[in-house]
Amino acid sequence: MEDYAQAAHFAQTWGLLYFVLIFLGVLAYAMWPRNRKKFDEAANVPLRED
Amino acid sequence: MSVWQKHEIFEKYSMVLVIGILVVVAIGGLVEIVPLFYLKSTIEKVSGMRPYTPLELAGRNIYIREGCYLCHSQMIRPMRDELERYGHYSLAAESMYDHPFQWGSKRTGPDLARVGGKYSDEWHRDHLSDPRSVVPESVMPGYSFLLKAKLEERGIEDHLKTQVMVGVPYSEEDIAAAKSDLEAQANPDADGVDALLERYPKAVVRDFDGNPKMLSEMDALVAYLQVLGTLVDFSVYDNKADFR
Amino acid sequence: MARPTHARYLTMEQGGYVAFLIVVALACLIVSGKTYDNVMAFHAAFGALVTAGGAFFILKRYFDSDGAVPPQEIDGRPNYNMGPVKFCSVAAMFWGLAGFTVGLIIALQLSFPVLNFDLPWTSFGRLRPLHTSAVIFAFGGNVLLATSFYVVQRTSQARMPGIVTPWFVVIGYNAFIVIAGTGYLLGVTQSKEYAEPEWYADLWLTVVWVAYLLVFLATLWKRKEPHIYVANWFYLAFIITIAMLHIVNNLTIPVSIYGTKSYIVWAGVQDAMVQWWYGHNAVGFFLTAGFLAIMYYFVPKRAERPVYSYRLSIVHFWALIFLYIWAGPHHLHYTALPQWASTLGMTFSIMLWMPSWGGMINGLMTLSGAWDKLRTDPVLRMMVVSVAFYGMSTFEGPLMSVRAVNGLSHYTDWTIGHVHSGALGWVGYISFGALYCLFPWLWNKKQLYSLKLVNWHFWISTIGIVFYISSMWVSGILQGLMWRAYDALGFLEYSFVETVAAMHWFYVLRAFGGGLFLVGAIIMAFNLWMTVTHGEAEAAEPALAPAE
Repeated sequence: MEDYAQAAHFAQTWGLLYFVLIFLGVLAYAMWPRNRKKFDEAANVPLRED
Repeated sequence: MSVWQKHEIFEKYSMVLVIGILVVVAIGGLVEIVPLFYLKSTIEKVSGMRPYTPLELAGRNIYIREGCYLCHSQMIRPMRDELERYGHYSLAAESMYDHPFQWGSKRTGPDLARVGGKYSDEWHRDHLSDPRSVVPESVMPGYSFLLKAKLEERGIEDHLKTQVMVGVPYSEEDIAAAKSDLEAQANPDADGVDALLERYPKAVVRDFDGNPKMLSEMDALVAYLQVLGTLVDFSVYDNKADFR
Repeated sequence: MARPTHARYLTMEQGGYVAFLIVVALACLIVSGKTYDNVMAFHAAFGALVTAGGAFFILKRYFDSDGAVPPQEIDGRPNYNMGPVKFCSVAAMFWGLAGFTVGLIIALQLSFPVLNFDLPWTSFGRLRPLHTSAVIFAFGGNVLLATSFYVVQRTSQARMPGIVTPWFVVIGYNAFIVIAGTGYLLGVTQSKEYAEPEWYADLWLTVVWVAYLLVFLATLWKRKEPHIYVANWFYLAFIITIAMLHIVNNLTIPVSIYGTKSYIVWAGVQDAMVQWWYGHNAVGFFLTAGFLAIMYYFVPKRAERPVYSYRLSIVHFWALIFLYIWAGPHHLHYTALPQWASTLGMTFSIMLWMPSWGGMINGLMTLSGAWDKLRTDPVLRMMVVSVAFYGMSTFEGPLMSVRAVNGLSHYTDWTIGHVHSGALGWVGYISFGALYCLFPWLWNKKQLYSLKLVNWHFWISTIGIVFYISSMWVSGILQGLMWRAYDALGFLEYSFVETVAAMHWFYVLRAFGGGLFLVGAIIMAFNLWMTVTHGEAEAAEPALAPAE
């Protein structure tokens, strides 16, 4: 029982924080203005004929 | 910048991706799987549970070989209709010696977690060899070939030894007597019956397939079906210890 | 024109493979000689034949070509290695037909049990893993191998490295399929769903898979594009994660190296958790991530416009792989697995709805401004409908993962229906779309033999899918309700077998739907065959060097 409460507490605090940070990181990477050009180029990779 | 330096960057990018993927996909499994080796409810021992007898183990391997688990579950859920239909809900401890587990995922046929002792050997024999002779609406395949197939007895000691390696507590003595136990369980007149019963309490000793001349695969499979769910005595089981 | 370079000796790669294959062949010979297990003897003999044959062909090719190594580029254009891609495309179509046929047979067995013939190798219990493995790993796996090798080369503008390795991967993988499939029929199985092959097949697959990862990564290392296109991210996640899942879920100890049987190191509740962690991520990473990679390359390519939002695809990628890996325990609601674990699985399954639909929107909106193509191009229509099916089954999945819903749906045909809306609709259609694109590209044909036949394929199989999933919804929910029905006196209203009898006509309808799906696939195979043999050659494309 004790183990369970501890695990739950950990998940509900640090676990949640970890998820939120990862998600914000991905979002920031995807939306970062400087990356925009890079992504636009990448999006056209399949259409570029060799 | 030389071509080689550029090359290095390319490799770095893809390796960053590889490591990122590994980190992200490893954590879910770790968090969900590792605690199951420590939590009380999943490693709790319940009195009555014992490893399978050699004949039951051989029968279990036939159950696996024929893919019975694809249509029959062995996991009773704590719901009113299931408790009434099948009996006490399944405990984690009841599959603690199951390598692999046989909980199943589909009930084209009924749950078998507590089928042991519910039907006679004759019924199982008839039902397995021609299901529609006893249950006309059944869609189960017939397994009459099990009656004619001689049970493979070679290497049964190796099976027990391998089970020990994965954590099933067979003793040296159990392994040494594996072959005699295998034969004794299907032959009530055999010399080894008392020793078998001492090693494996509640083991059912009968000529399961009704053919004393041969130790068949039917003997093994029925022996396995007859032990399912019979080991834990729920009249004395303390429900409160079972937290989940 | 780059001239082929001549090597005086076998390359390290060729020599290494020859040595490795000969060692394996000898080991197989010893095993097949010493075993009393008939299936092991057969499989070891088969293994010896394939590996010895492989070593022979490597040497033969070396001497025939006088040690010539295929050039990396011809006239400044990458000399893509499309031989293995062709091999897998054909294999995919072949295994697809085989897998759908076995599916139809087992559907009919559930309707008319006499079709089991009471023989060991024709009974439902042995054919069902044959069906699931044939469609998932043989059909789906070959589609993934073909498309991943195609996409990674084209989007990297580089020939994949290795003379032998790509062939080792594709032939080695298909040899694994043959060993697994014949094993099921002969009663060799671990009984872990979607991971049935026994220890020796698993070991072989591990070696093949490592080679696959290396070919894929090394092609990325050779790329001329600065970016790794997002489809390759999905392929990479699929390859890496499947490796991890495969190894953990197949940690077994063989009873004897001369026998097929092994025992898994996990037991009971731990084994159940590992199995469904594997099982659900086989869905998540094999049947979703891998096929999303196909969507991210083939839909833009066919629609001739870039993906709707590349940024969304990045968020889609990380969110999907991060959330999917947790979803497994929703298969174990109300079981002896601790409730916190299944709740965790359920929570993540519900969260998965968002990236899944993000991906679906990204795929569908790629067509914005080009919706008219849906009318004229049945191949594109097939792929778009597949994305719609992806949306539908990823909506249904989270719903079914909710504990209360799962209490009803679990153990019933509802699950089967759900799986097939994903498998037939999403995986099937995106694969068909990709194959319809690939065949003309690979064989340098202007277009498919007949778009009209694609149209027929589309409609016949769509009707088949509708029959399939609607009959399974009704039978699943009906059976779930019948199991828990009580009469006025408080007794269970139905015996179990009454609920089985009630399923009969739904099983017949399901088999009918599956039959239509198979008919569609037969039309497709004919169309592809005619494309290769009778299609009009692409004039503009300069002839590429023979693939090998």
